[in-house]
Amino acid sequence: MLRFIFQRLLQGLLVLFVLLTISFFLISALPGDAFVKEKKMSEEALQEQRARFGLDRPVPLQYAMYLKRLIVNQDLGISPKKNREVSYILKQSFPPSVILGLNALFIACVIGIPLGVFSAVKKNTWFDYFSMGFAMIGICVAAFIVGPLLQTFIAMKVPALKVAGWETPLDILLPALTLGLAPAAYLARLTRGGMLEILNQDYVRTAYAKGLPFLTIIRRHTLRGGLLPTVAFLGPAFAGLISGSFVVETIFQVPGMGRHFINGTVDRDIFLLLGCVLYYGFLIVILNLVSDIIQALMNPRLRDSL
Amino acid sequence: MTSSEPQPEFARGTSLWMDAWHRLRQNKVAVGSGIFLILMLLLCFVAAWFMADPNIQNLDNKFSSSSGAHWLGTDQMGRDLLSRILYGGQLSLVVGLTATAVAFCIGILYGAVSGYTGGRIDATMMRLVDVLYAIPFLVLIILLQQLFDAKAGEASAWIIEKLNIEKQTTQETIRRISNVVPLLVAISALGWLTLARITRAQVLSMKQQEFTQAARSLGLSPMRILLRHIIPNTLGPSIVYVTLTVPGFIMYEATLSFLGLGIKAPNSSWGVLIKDGANFMETQPMLLILPGLFFTSTLFAFNFLGDGLRDALDPKAAKD
Amino acid sequence: MRVLLVLSLALGCAFLVSCDDQTTADKAVEKGILIFGNSSEPQGLDPQLVSGVLESNIIRALFEGLCVEHPSENGTALPGAAKRWKHNEDFTVWTFHLGEDRTWSDGTPVTSLDFLFSYERMLTPKLAAEYAEMLYYIKGAEDFHKAKTTDFNDVGVKALDDFTLEITLRGSLPFLPEITKHYTWYPVPRHVILRENEGDIADPDSGWTMPGKLVSNGPFTLKSWRINDHIEVERNPHYWDAAQVKLNGIRFLPVNNTYTESRMFFDGLMHVTYTLPPELIPYANENYPDEVRSELYLGTKFIRCNVTREVLKDVRVRKALALALDRESLINNVLRGGQQPTYGMVPPFGNYKTPRSVEFDKEKARQLLVEAGYDGTTKKFPVLKLLTTDRDVSKRLAEAYQGMWAQNLGISVEIEQKEWTSYLVAQTNLDYDLADAGWIGDYLDPTTFLDMWIEGGGNNRTGWFDKDFEKLLKDSEHVPDAGERLKVLQSAEEILMSEIPAIPIYWYTTNYIIDKRVKGWSPLLLNNHPFKFISLETNTE
Repeated sequence: MLRFIFQRLLQGLLVLFVLLTISFFLISALPGDAFVKEKKMSEEALQEQRARFGLDRPVPLQYAMYLKRLIVNQDLGISPKKNREVSYILKQSFPPSVILGLNALFIACVIGIPLGVFSAVKKNTWFDYFSMGFAMIGICVAAFIVGPLLQTFIAMKVPALKVAGWETPLDILLPALTLGLAPAAYLARLTRGGMLEILNQDYVRTAYAKGLPFLTIIRRHTLRGGLLPTVAFLGPAFAGLISGSFVVETIFQVPGMGRHFINGTVDRDIFLLLGCVLYYGFLIVILNLVSDIIQALMNPRLRDSL
Repeated sequence: MTSSEPQPEFARGTSLWMDAWHRLRQNKVAVGSGIFLILMLLLCFVAAWFMADPNIQNLDNKFSSSSGAHWLGTDQMGRDLLSRILYGGQLSLVVGLTATAVAFCIGILYGAVSGYTGGRIDATMMRLVDVLYAIPFLVLIILLQQLFDAKAGEASAWIIEKLNIEKQTTQETIRRISNVVPLLVAISALGWLTLARITRAQVLSMKQQEFTQAARSLGLSPMRILLRHIIPNTLGPSIVYVTLTVPGFIMYEATLSFLGLGIKAPNSSWGVLIKDGANFMETQPMLLILPGLFFTSTLFAFNFLGDGLRDALDPKAAKD
Repeated sequence: MRVLLVLSLALGCAFLVSCDDQTTADKAVEKGILIFGNSSEPQGLDPQLVSGVLESNIIRALFEGLCVEHPSENGTALPGAAKRWKHNEDFTVWTFHLGEDRTWSDGTPVTSLDFLFSYERMLTPKLAAEYAEMLYYIKGAEDFHKAKTTDFNDVGVKALDDFTLEITLRGSLPFLPEITKHYTWYPVPRHVILRENEGDIADPDSGWTMPGKLVSNGPFTLKSWRINDHIEVERNPHYWDAAQVKLNGIRFLPVNNTYTESRMFFDGLMHVTYTLPPELIPYANENYPDEVRSELYLGTKFIRCNVTREVLKDVRVRKALALALDRESLINNVLRGGQQPTYGMVPPFGNYKTPRSVEFDKEKARQLLVEAGYDGTTKKFPVLKLLTTDRDVSKRLAEAYQGMWAQNLGISVEIEQKEWTSYLVAQTNLDYDLADAGWIGDYLDPTTFLDMWIEGGGNNRTGWFDKDFEKLLKDSEHVPDAGERLKVLQSAEEILMSEIPAIPIYWYTTNYIIDKRVKGWSPLLLNNHPFKFISLETNTE
């Protein structure tokens, strides 16, 4: 098992390297650069600014310089747009994204998984249709609908809940709810699907026949198998949640990383964007690994692959 | 075996697929949903032809309620809302269905091959998936749009010329759809990743099951085992996931419009209509509710159909 | 199920906790802190390294120039760092007498050396200041900035003594005090910057603008700065006029999403918004009639024409495009913010009478198109592309233009929507046919709208130029009489509009909502409200 983890981490480094390389060249291929402004500057001024960040050199050289700085000094560089260290900017935006993501994940799991399990058990009944319908609303009404809806009809009516901002713990509620609804829907559907596969199995019928209590059957015999697709989905989903959702952050004024991702692209803020990409890549690697391990733990048949 | 007598007539055998089809047909909800979807497709692609031009503005007639000329009223620029919803449906459905189809084919195959093969190849394939997950999607889209915009324009002009298309609306439709290509490529390029992971997880667990071992001992080629035996068994959760990706992609396109990168104005899609309608939530809720209804009902139909498919394809369900 | 119970309990608590009736805005009023919606995260706070409007709001709170804007009268300059000033007969040499009691927020006196330093810094090529051209009025400034001369003594600013600044201009400039209100003319703390950058005047490192390090000479100092969250400034006790300042602090919130911003106001989280989206204008008018403002704002929205493109070379085509747009309808139906339909480029204000050159005239438009050879049979009008972006109402305006041109001229225009940077790049590279654009004035003089159209001007981006036009602009700098000078500028505008390389659409209004308790806030054409005169009244309602 340890060997497996070690191998995966090594592979993870390779992944990050490839990711960095591809992203660097993709970003450099975008039209314009960080110094394009509405009020145009003189050519000399532009050149001067580019040189300051090493962005006047040919792209492969820029790439080499970036790599060197990253590996040797662990320095992510300075954002040409914000004139601050990228690591400083990311450190500031990291906590809100994590808090928001964790809460959203919590809401998603708490709503989605039980809903899925019980819908599978009570298949084709009132409960099933109703809860699936409810779950699907979560996908239909994307964040940019749910957000304003919650703002207009809940935040404005309930004094303690603010329309936007990130100051008190209660401010987390609405954005987390908005962010967590879509994953909740996915989780509900996937869980239901996975559970259905299992519930029809012979050994489950045997368990029923044996007279085991219902909840025990769910817990001990079916959950592990039924939740497999859900866990496979959760890895990257969680990574996505933690790296921030641009839409939710914009609507609720959360100073998280999602906005840096998007604004970094629009602003051509290459170093900030690369910082975000690395961070996100790192999360993906770790969380996919965790997801795979959990799947193997849940399904003994997979243990050979470790 | 040798035999000298004439073979007796065998009863017509059924295959897994025929069984599934039978079961599906019996599921009333699924059938109903299927019919609804076909109707929706007809509505958006055929009936739309006969509707008013969705882009004709009449600024003095904005926000009007339903009337003879405008069955569902007009929007903020005085355009016929029903037309915009139907034409929007064209684009949304094209994006949603095509991207899903691509994601389905690539994702399932990729995940299955990776899971079944195992070892180094599996590791490499999955690490590739990791890389693709983390690529800054927005950058990709901007680049693809740059790349494709000019080409799409040329391509549609070429098609119009070759097929000698005179009618303005057909030309418009072709141009509209070709505008969507960069978006399609971008979404398809990265939309299959989660499906691959889900499929792989399933295949991994099936690799060890008895029926796989049996097939292997029969000497069947790996490809055949995959295609004939394993993949059909993984379809359950995959289909469920896929029913979610159709609306997911439609909404994703709308999110891109939020950033100015989705479908180009003045064309609309359901996602864009809903997004714009949300801005009028306080004053003109119909602009949000009506496209929302179309979208939601289509989504529900996909989901029920998907559920029906899943049930139909589940071999264990046959025992009920 | 248990979880649902917990969740509902939590919500229940939320209701209970809300026994406290005061909103965030209420509490801030009590503390004397103004909460100000400021659109977006600023690029920076170094007056010499930025060029945007939202940055100017914060910089205006922190720093002070030679002159300060009057809170309610357009075009009146109040003493700032300078207590009085005089000029010579033909307005080419100005002398500013700095107040001896003006100090930086660390107690160091503000002297003319600070100003000298600031202008030298701004004009040093190595700094790559974005907006150095605002200083080009000073004699020799442009040459120094373009490295044609390297001795700053050749530039027309001199410190006659510690508190006297003499500025020699390249021409006659009766409105110099207006220009000094712009942040490009603000002083920066020489002692701090030299210390932070180890004596290098042109080191652009803005570490000195961080909270704790930033030293300013205005009514407020920098308290905290959290990216994408807020920038807070607090009262500067060393400010020479601190007695006049009523606010204890200002909190700038960079809210990108205009709908969220309005909703924040409705929810009692903000005192002033940056803008008000058109969709919410009717709602705001109905529910907050006393708080809505719709004020003239010095800016023009126009459509750039790429005159290097074959079709657009013909001025008749450009005129036709201009005449085929029903500006009134656009404003009433799409924008709904009380904007003014244009009949020229420069907005009419003060004593400037904008010459009438465009209006809505379908017939004439069609006629012009026919005259240009596009009668629909022999020569078909090609499909033009309209470049636009994803900001504000751009999309809806573009759709409206498209519809109007289709209906009134029978031509097809395709909308090309690009994200912001691609949009800017396309214009700079003349990679467009028509581009939806605009310009906000920097100071109260018509030249802020006319100077941009010179050949190769960075903000021209149309490929158009005219020697006669440029001559008139240069001439205007040698006409000391204000009235005569405006007439010269009018002639220049007439030339511009007869060629119409840019099609004006409407003159901006700024629409926003402001809390009733904010006092001292009057409509200003440049929307540059001096914060030292603003206060929050605590005893109304």
